[in-house]
Amino acid sequence: MIEFRSVSKQFPDGTVAVHDFSHVLPTGKATVLVGSSGSGKTTLLRMINRMVDPSSGTVAIDDEDVQAVEPVTLRRRIGYVMQNSGLMPHFKVVDNIATVPMLSGVPKKAARDRALELLDTVGLSRELADRYPSQLSGGQQQRVGVARGLAADPNILLMDEPFGAVDPIVRSELQQETLRLQRDLDKTVVFVTHDIDEAFLLGDQVVILEKGARIAQIGTPAEILANPASDFVASFVGADRGKRALSIVETANGRVLIDAEGRAAGVLVDRADAP
Amino acid sequence: MNLFLDAIAWLVAPEQYAGADSLPARIGEHLFFTFVSVLVAALIAIPLGYLIGHTGTGRSLAIGLAGAARALPSFGLILLLVLVIGVTQRPLAAFTAFVLLAIPSILAGAYSGLEAIDRRVIDAARAVGMTEWQILWKVEVPLGLPLLVGGIRSAALQVVATVTLAAYIGLGGVGLYIIRGLALREFAPMLGAAIVIVALALAIDGAFAGLQRLLVPRGVAAGRTTIDRARPSRPRTAAVSPAPSVPTITKRENNVHS
Repeated sequence: MIEFRSVSKQFPDGTVAVHDFSHVLPTGKATVLVGSSGSGKTTLLRMINRMVDPSSGTVAIDDEDVQAVEPVTLRRRIGYVMQNSGLMPHFKVVDNIATVPMLSGVPKKAARDRALELLDTVGLSRELADRYPSQLSGGQQQRVGVARGLAADPNILLMDEPFGAVDPIVRSELQQETLRLQRDLDKTVVFVTHDIDEAFLLGDQVVILEKGARIAQIGTPAEILANPASDFVASFVGADRGKRALSIVETANGRVLIDAEGRAAGVLVDRADAP
Repeated sequence: MNLFLDAIAWLVAPEQYAGADSLPARIGEHLFFTFVSVLVAALIAIPLGYLIGHTGTGRSLAIGLAGAARALPSFGLILLLVLVIGVTQRPLAAFTAFVLLAIPSILAGAYSGLEAIDRRVIDAARAVGMTEWQILWKVEVPLGLPLLVGGIRSAALQVVATVTLAAYIGLGGVGLYIIRGLALREFAPMLGAAIVIVALALAIDGAFAGLQRLLVPRGVAAGRTTIDRARPSRPRTAAVSPAPSVPTITKRENNVHS
């Protein structure tokens, strides 16, 4: 459980990135912070592992104030995956993944063996272990980034727009992979994105942020879509543009769903496991 | 042309290779002055440059001082230091001058090597839990090494040329033949010694160029190779030259090929 209690952050240049943010991120769930640039979502994420310290308020992990933990110790306990993978260009793939365990004193052999297992976990061939990051594709690099985030077997995984720089097809693959990992590994995931579709796909809980990290709405994707709390939310999730407002039309061949512009968007089927 | 032949005759004459006053002994002195000066300068400038590059503070001050120091006239500096430190301490004065001349380039190489690293890599290193020392030793130093060696390379070239002046205050080195030749109007030794100094400078430059290539971290060099494969029209030698993240060196390579 990650708890923000009245957290604010003002940067030295006067920008208020976060204004009085309070919220609890539940254990074992994926919480997605979504908002446009300048909404303070990355600042919120980086407060969890003390890459940014709040100007006021506290961030607590399982009721322990992170300010009481030494930043290096804290960061080694928390997985971090970032945009453009953030891999060390002069480390081989296997050493990139094993970075954190080796810093924490795990013997080299054990750390490397674990890194090879993690390559399997994120769906990469072990043959890539001895390559350098610059020899991999963007999607492969991002998978290595995820493997590094998982290497110390952290309870918490922070993901800062990890799929922002890869093409749509690879992004979709990585999103499915993230869903699978989340199901299998049961981590508390905090995911930052500006892409509302990605947020709805990955989030058990979605937090929509306005400027200064003011909460526009919190809920499951279904709750937000069914009942946007404000015009801002409606506009952000695309409901006002008709992208999500689907209606049923009877045609000669059966019922189809169309969007507000009249384009066929899908068909309506019965599902036993619908939420 | 006659003078050239005289100079070469002087260079190969057996008497240059015998006794305590032999040419190899002078070259040894010359290289010793160069090596010690650059070493001392490196011991001062590298930690300082790393401090500036890692913390990002004091950068404008360092650039200003380094720029000013580069503009110092070396001969004037040596004479001034002899007068300030004392005529009995001439070796100390000369070494101090050489060290002062070598510091700016090495300082610039050290901090620009750190500054040229992608900020996201450093941020990532910190975010996964590296201490500031680990960031410096495991990330910044290896990635900044080619530029640092570039700085040492220009410092060594500057010093090997300037050490010629050491002879003027009676410290020997290859410059001795030039100073003595001036007084005695013997031009063959002067030109011969000048050729030796040029050869030394070229040899040092070549050695550092090789070292610089060897020290490009393998992952960075590997990245460059893949880019080259995508654009096969580029000269093959570019494959071993440093990655685009080290702009000054890349520029130098381009000049060589164009």
